[in-house]
Amino acid sequence: MANTSAAASAGAPPEGSRRDFLFLATGAALAVGAAAAAWPLVSSMAPDADTIAAGAPIEVDLTPIQDGQIVNVFWRGKLIFVRKLTAKEVTDMQAVPLSAMIDPAAFTARVKNGHDQWLIVYGNCTHLGCVPIGHQGNFEGWACPCHGSQFDAVGRVRHGPAPINLPIPPYAFETDTKIRIGEGGKEAA
Amino acid sequence: MSGTASTYVPKSRVAKWFEARLPIAGLVHSSFIAYPVPRNLNYFWTFGAILAAFLGIQIITGVWLAMHYEPSATGAFNSVEKIMRDVNYGWLLRYAHANGASMFFIAVYVHMFRALYYGSYKAPREVLYILGVVIYLLMMATAFLGYTLPWGQMSFWGATVITNILAAIPVVGDTIQTLLWGGYSVGNPTVNRFFSLHYLLPWMIAGVVVLHVWALHVTGQNNPAGIPIKSGKDTVPFTPYATVKDVFATCVFMILFSWFLFYQPNFLGHADNYIAANPAVTPAHIVPEWYFLPFYAILRAVPSKLGGVILMFSAVIILAFAPWLDTSRIRSCNYRPIYRQFFWVFIGATLLLGWLGSQPPEGGYVLAAQICTAYYFAHFLIVMPLCGLFETPKALPGSILESVTGPGKQVSGSGMPAGAAAAPTTQG
Repeated sequence: MANTSAAASAGAPPEGSRRDFLFLATGAALAVGAAAAAWPLVSSMAPDADTIAAGAPIEVDLTPIQDGQIVNVFWRGKLIFVRKLTAKEVTDMQAVPLSAMIDPAAFTARVKNGHDQWLIVYGNCTHLGCVPIGHQGNFEGWACPCHGSQFDAVGRVRHGPAPINLPIPPYAFETDTKIRIGEGGKEAA
Repeated sequence: MSGTASTYVPKSRVAKWFEARLPIAGLVHSSFIAYPVPRNLNYFWTFGAILAAFLGIQIITGVWLAMHYEPSATGAFNSVEKIMRDVNYGWLLRYAHANGASMFFIAVYVHMFRALYYGSYKAPREVLYILGVVIYLLMMATAFLGYTLPWGQMSFWGATVITNILAAIPVVGDTIQTLLWGGYSVGNPTVNRFFSLHYLLPWMIAGVVVLHVWALHVTGQNNPAGIPIKSGKDTVPFTPYATVKDVFATCVFMILFSWFLFYQPNFLGHADNYIAANPAVTPAHIVPEWYFLPFYAILRAVPSKLGGVILMFSAVIILAFAPWLDTSRIRSCNYRPIYRQFFWVFIGATLLLGWLGSQPPEGGYVLAAQICTAYYFAHFLIVMPLCGLFETPKALPGSILESVTGPGKQVSGSGMPAGAAAAPTTQG
């Protein structure tokens, strides 16, 4: 350190003196103190206990939903599409080759085993978060009004700029006509 | 400030007593009264004062609006309608604040045009100029935060789109997004903290403005000829010459402001923002406020999310590198015949980007935006460095005085400013 050599040449104590120790210790205390003071400020901006508690799982009754219908539900303030696929849509989606996709995903990875007709996906475009409009675009799915992304009937992105498929929230079938969103893991059957 | 020694001499005993303890009167005197101003400045040099006026208008109307506004997802939209209908002169406060933001950006774009055309960014004014870019960035952040506060459809979806842009940042993007949202989506905590930040940032702007003016008074003003002050004959005192001219220009600009404010208060806004925020429906045609349109067009010109975000931010940040990208020693475009033509193409491309940003992202619009984006960056990265190396500039006038009076002529008296009052209209 500059002050050490200057001090040494002036006849002050040599390297490793008490002054060096105080200099380093004070600097370290300042750095640690500043970081410790900043932590609560940053942490307070994270979702608070009330917001987290409001994210408890929700149940959705599937019985009133008709073939081809898309129903909006909210979990943790996020829009979720619950869509009942028609038989034709199921057949069409199963037939799409992976090579035709931007973010390749098999049909079986988009629905729960044994529930081929039910698609549950987050309803915000993976580009910049707008809500795509259902039954629009060229892929039997959604088209985003903001920047032109298109998704197919099981929410796979087929036309950019969206980089990835509509994500699937954690959910599980409680019975054949009732799902629980918020638990169950993405791929749990 | 520190660039010129104060010639202020306190007269009264009280003034002398105070000046010996806090020499603020001397600071004001040397900065805004005796400060020497190039005598050839044209009206482009009045926009600094206009900007200062609008910072004041925005802060005052904003503080008053905050007395009535309720920063919550359930209360924000209704409280804005209450301001419009129930609060005495609430309509005036809100329309002045909303249109004042647009006027602020009109003025800052003229101010930036001036800096780029007359080479005000070149040595020795690099720090002054970069502080200006910092102010511009803070203005953009403040304007975005303010636009979200009425919590209409455009507010909500603007907030959603912009916070999703930040999520594109690798590694830390998602964390930043959650910290901004205060939840798992744009919601009540978001509007609450955006209000707090919207109230904070103008004071940061005011702080950087002080540094900006300080730096200006160290290096002195550039001028339309782009040559330095050589003698006292090149200058006139700030007061009354610049003061009165600045106030006059501000009054004229206020006519434009008043026309929007009293006759077309919603012309620059979007009708969709009078619909309360609905997280299940995105408006069919979502566009930002007009002053962000060129950057929005750049964002959409790139078919990759991260790539678009990087290019959009680069388009602003690259401004800060202009002092080093431009290799020419000549400041003013008036004496740069080749670069001046490229410069106008650059202005044209930027304005065209603004128009393209308001159009739907389809077909020919996207291709045109890609071409304009390419030119925007090529101007900084190719034209600026190369023009300075290959261009033969026109002959510069011998002095600022000569640029006003013509070569060889002398003005009677020392620094006699009679000619200067009329002369600026002959420039630029």
